[in-house]
Parts: sequence; C-alpha cells; structure tokens
Amino acid sequence: MEKEKKDRFLLSMLVNNEAGVLTRISGLFARRGFNIASLSVGETENPDISRMTIMATGDDYFKEQVVLQLEKLQDVRIVELMDMDDTVMRELLLVKVRVDDQTSRSQILEAVSIFRAKVIDLTPVSLTVEITGETVKLSAFIEYLAPYGISELCRTGVTAIGRGNNILSKKYNKEEN
Amino acid sequence: MKLTGAQIVIEILCEQGVDTVFGYPGGTVLNIYDELYKSSGRIKHYITCHEQGAAHAADGYARSTGKTGVVFATSGPGATNLVTGLATAYLDSTPVVAITGNVACPPIGRDSFQEVDICGVTMPITKHNYIVKDVTRLAHVVREAFRIARRGRPGPVLIDIPKDVQVAECEFEPAAAPVAKEEKEVDSTSLKKAVKLIKDAKKPFIYFGGGVVISDASKELIRFAEKIGAPMGSSMMGLSAVPNKHPLFLGMTGMHGRFAASKVLSESDLIIAVGTRFSDRATGNKLQFSKNRRVLHIDIDPAEIGKNIPVYVSLVGDVKQALNLLLASDIKHTAQSWHDEGEAIKNMPDSHLTMDMSRLNPQAVIEAVRKRTADDTVVATDVGQHQMWAAQYYHFGNPRTFVTSGGLGTMGFGMGAAIGACVGTGKRTVLFTSDGSFHMNMNELATAVTNNLPLVVILLDNNALGMVRQWQTMFFDNRYSHTTLSRQTNYAKLAEAFGAAGLCLTDKKDIDAILDKAFEVDGPVLVHVKIDSDEMVLPMIPPGGTINDIITKN
Ligand SMILES: Cc1ncc(C[n+]2csc(CCOP(=O)(O)OP(=O)(O)O)c2C)c(N)n1
Repeated sequence: MEKEKKDRFLLSMLVNNEAGVLTRISGLFARRGFNIASLSVGETENPDISRMTIMATGDDYFKEQVVLQLEKLQDVRIVELMDMDDTVMRELLLVKVRVDDQTSRSQILEAVSIFRAKVIDLTPVSLTVEITGETVKLSAFIEYLAPYGISELCRTGVTAIGRGNNILSKKYNKEEN
Repeated sequence: MKLTGAQIVIEILCEQGVDTVFGYPGGTVLNIYDELYKSSGRIKHYITCHEQGAAHAADGYARSTGKTGVVFATSGPGATNLVTGLATAYLDSTPVVAITGNVACPPIGRDSFQEVDICGVTMPITKHNYIVKDVTRLAHVVREAFRIARRGRPGPVLIDIPKDVQVAECEFEPAAAPVAKEEKEVDSTSLKKAVKLIKDAKKPFIYFGGGVVISDASKELIRFAEKIGAPMGSSMMGLSAVPNKHPLFLGMTGMHGRFAASKVLSESDLIIAVGTRFSDRATGNKLQFSKNRRVLHIDIDPAEIGKNIPVYVSLVGDVKQALNLLLASDIKHTAQSWHDEGEAIKNMPDSHLTMDMSRLNPQAVIEAVRKRTADDTVVATDVGQHQMWAAQYYHFGNPRTFVTSGGLGTMGFGMGAAIGACVGTGKRTVLFTSDGSFHMNMNELATAVTNNLPLVVILLDNNALGMVRQWQTMFFDNRYSHTTLSRQTNYAKLAEAFGAAGLCLTDKKDIDAILDKAFEVDGPVLVHVKIDSDEMVLPMIPPGGTINDIITKN
C-alpha cells in the first residue's frame, strides 16, 4: 500500500474531442499492462479538444513508457506527467448514507460541516452528501461515514490543473495535423 | 469541382502518386471499384484470391519499393481478412494504407449484414485508423492517412468509409503532391554526448536494424562504419541494408545469427544501435546484452529508447540524418587491435558452419539460387526454418531485397508479399517457403499466374513444421506433437494445375539443372525441393541465452 502510494502519478492530456479517443487511450493502457486508478475527461474551452486526467501507478520506467506511448497516438496533442507539488488536484464524491436515528443524523451533519461538504438530498431514512477535495480528504470522509452504513457512493476520479503559469495548452507544441 | 466520396478517394490516391492497388471487391466498396473501373488508366488494381494476400501484397510492395502500399477490401469478412496483414505491417513498420467500405451510416451499430467495427478491431495493430462519416472530411482524412503512414516510424493506417459517404458529393479541391517527408531534427546536446561516447569507446560495435532500410541510410551507415572502423552486425530486419560481402559486416546477430557477429558484439564496449528496437529474438538475454558495455541508440521512435534495453545516450530522429551528423564529426578510427580481434573471431571454425553437403540441403539450394539472381532481386520468405536459412545463406546485395515477416512471424506472408514485390519492382522475385507456410496462402499462386508474374517459388519441403519440430527436438525430448505434416500434395502438379510451371528437385546432383530450368520460365514457377525433416537451423542461442550458450551442432 505504501509502495503503491509512492508510485502514484498523474497525467494530464489534451486530446482531440473525437469518437473513439477514450478507447484508444484506455486500450493502450490495457494492452501494455498499465493500470489506471482513475480517469476523468471533459471538453475544454475549445470544443475540438478534451482534457483528460489519469491517475495511475507504476515505477519510473513505466511512467516514462506511458508518456512516450501516449505521445504516439495521433489524437493525443500533449501529455504531461504532472509535478504533484505544483498541481492543484480535486475530486468530487457523492455519498449516500442510511440514517434512521436522530443521533447519527446530527453526527453526520457535524462531519459534513467540518469536512466542508454539502448535503444535496435528504429523506427520512437517507442523507446524500457532496464533497470535493483531494483524494485523501475524500477517503478520510468515506472512512468516517463507513460505520453508519454507506448505501452507495460514486467518485469522479481526480481532475487536476497546474498552479500559476504552469499551463498545459501553452506547452502544446506537437505539430498540428 | 463537386465529386462523390468514391471519386475523392481515387483523386487523392493519384495525387499521392499511387498507381498500384491490391484488393478484393464487395458490396460496400462497389462505388469505389466503379471509380477504379473508370480510372483504370491511372491506377492498376490487382485482385488477389483472399484479402490477406492483398494486405501482404501491399506490404511486400511497400517494403521492396519504399512507396506506400495500398489495399482495398469490403466490409465485414473482407475487412477482418486484412487483420493479419495489417498486424504484420505494423510490427515491421511498413507504410500501408488500407481502405475498407462499411455499411451506410444509418444502419451502423445495428449489426447489419456484413457490418464489423473494423476500427475497433484494428486499433491495436494500426498506427491510426478512421471511420469517415462525413464526406466533407474525406479528402483531409485520406491525405492525412498517407502522411501518418509514412511519417516518423512508418506503419499501417486504415480508413473505413461507409457506403453512403462514398456516394455523397462535396466540393473537392485538388492539391499538389506531398513533398518529401520532413522529420524532427536530432538534438544537438545529445549529438555531442554521442560523439563523446564513441570517442571514449575502444571497441565499438554497430548493431543495425530495419530502420536503416526504411530510412534508405545504407550508404551513410557503411561510410560511418568505415570512418570509425567498427564491425557491424544486424537484426534480421536489417540484413539487406549492408552487402553481405562488406568486410566490416559480420552478419546477423541473435538467436540464429552468425557466431562471429554475436561473439564480436559480446566483446564490444559500446553498441551503436541504429534503427533497431532490440527484439528478444535479436538480443537474447537482455541483461547480458547490455552488461559491461554502453549503448548508444539511434532511432526515430522516441518510445523505443530504453524500452527493451537501458540506453546510455540516444539520438532520436531520422537515422540517415543522425548518421550524417556523426559523419561530419571528428570521431577517429578505432585501434587496429580491435579490428584484429574481430578478424580472429571471424576465422574461428564456429564462424563457418556449413550443412551436411553429402545430401541435398537448404544451404546448397539457397546458394545455388543466389548464383542466378542479381543484387537487386527481391527475396521473400514465409516463416520457419527456411526463413532463417534464407537469412543465413542468401548473401544479400542491395537494400530492400529481403522481404520477410520479422516482428509478427506470419506464416503465409510469403506468397502475397512476393507478389507485391514482383509487381512493385517489375523484376523476377524469389520466394523461399516450406510445406507448412505454403499451404496457408498457396491460393495466391493463382494471382501470380493471372498476372504472369516472374516469380520463382522455392519450396523447401521437410515434411514438417520444421521450426517447431526443431524446438521439440531440442527442448521437448523429440515429442513431435502435430508437426509431422505427411501432406500428400504433389506440389509440381499443383503448380501446373494453377497454371504455373512445376519442377521437382530430389537429388543434389540436379540442383543446377533444375534451377537453370526454373530461372528460364517466363512467369511463375514452383520448385519442390525435398529436404530432410531433421535439418536444423544452426547456430542457435536458446531463448534468453547468451553467446556462451550457443549451440553449433546437432
Ligand atoms: C500463422 C502462424 N501460425 C503458426 C506459427 C508458429 N510457427 C512458427 S514456425 C512454424 C513452422 C513453419 O513450418 P514451415 O512453413 O513448414 O517451415 P519450416 O520451418 O519447415 O521451414 C510454425 C507453425 C506462425 N509463425 N504463424
């Protein structure tokens, strides 16, 4: 587990917003035996381009290979191995907890406020919370809620952006096809 | 000018300088074939017996000429029949553009008749692929496909065009023929490091691969080797890049390479690897390969640097350009002692293995064939022992004359590839095959006959899947599980039935007479050569082994 954390790395990519791009990228990971921990993708300010953030694990050899192989894909415009210290990372979590008694409900609401989360749905027997933050924070929140009984949860996977002048599209130097 | 999608495809092929296409028609490519009919003066189409043969033909055409091979197929089974051919081209970095039809856009995704998601199927075995659903994008895509197939490390690209897109019309702007490929410049700091590395070396060894052939860099490589006085060895894919008779060329290294080449490599302190990817067949034990020596890797594909072998310095870029830069540097010739060491190894008995000459054997046949061919004769092979014997005993003269499936090792590649090479060069072409591989795609003999191609097929019949049998002999205590073929095929008669000439060679004293006859035939001829089932490919460095494990006799 410790080793796994150490080997975590984050890739940001600008890719053509075209059908099949996701398959090409996930296929490349699968084919070369690279594991994806999380993947998030969405259109950018330029509708022709999507930005993809992939969290994966692997040693230095592996990291380097992933980047080089991804760069060979025609639809990938730029890949960057993010410097974790110079990157802001966020993930969104939606979690539904069973609550049938008043005590648990108020304990959870207290945690919600401490974790700066937000209640987005409430029924007599359940409570749904939205929280954004770094992966560790989300995991801590989940761990806290677990004893109350989580009925379902979903996370978006990490999305990340460089700090300050560290702008991905500026580094985009691959020749235009 | 308004054109249909099908017309646009033909116009761009002409614009790209394509005058030869291999393929097989069907329902969803009818419109393209109709335009081909109308443009028959500009593009010659060869119909094969099977789409696999067409894909291999496009590949063989590309390997032997340096041009881009083009293949057409219909949707569904036509497209899936291309798969092995595309994978073969992909692993050996051959520029091929495959154009398939597909069902019209509206029924796509409904499992319509002969509908296959060929883009999904070929994603891992093409450099890139497209399905074009909008006719206004078609011209751009076809042009880009040709560019991608050739640029950098070449490879196959597939374009899937639904039937309605072939019929739809749009405005078409003709464009000029593409200029020669422009590649990224080699980085100057790396160049300095490379020069220093070579200067520091006392025993440099040049190990080159197919990249030298692809980049047309043979002359530069030879001049470089002569400049620094380094012995050379090659991977199988590199073989034809340097004439066998060049005094610095020791031959193929690796599993079935020459003793001298592998031995001198193992004595070197620097490997200058040029246009190669260090396949496990070529390196043997990877740890030992780069132990006690440094590696300078020159290749156009940055992803190959450090992938299989740790590299000390790398030059990423076109091999020809990189070699020219090194040629312009002030690197000196290495000391005479290294040359002498190499010569001593070259004179060791293990460097001169020959087969048992008391009987009809592959070496004698291959050498006799070589006496009847020119330096520019293309030699294609299938896969197995005969392929290795051809690599070992056919002494190549010119680049692009060895057409063989290295990376994928595709049995059945030979017939189609030889046809493509024969069409591409317009010259007599030789195919070395064997009973196993020949039975896979022998149908293409009919294609050779239809087009009266001067193709000499040398079938080295050992009544076995020889290469597999050899492994069973060496590593499975002679348990010949399903490798004894016992085919009752009368090959000479079969050739005649196809309309080719057929000859049979069973006695070593007839080699010259029979081959003389074969090389006089105008059109395709098959020579059935009966050899012993236990003939071995030697030397052999077992998988994962080193020069110390080399096996030189049965
Ligand atoms: C399509 C395919 N199937 C199976 C193999 C595995 N294989 C490698 S060599 C070989 C034997 C080839 O036999 P043959 O063509 O008779 O050549 P020989 O070794 O006898 O010269 C086989 C089966 C392969 N390379 N390609």
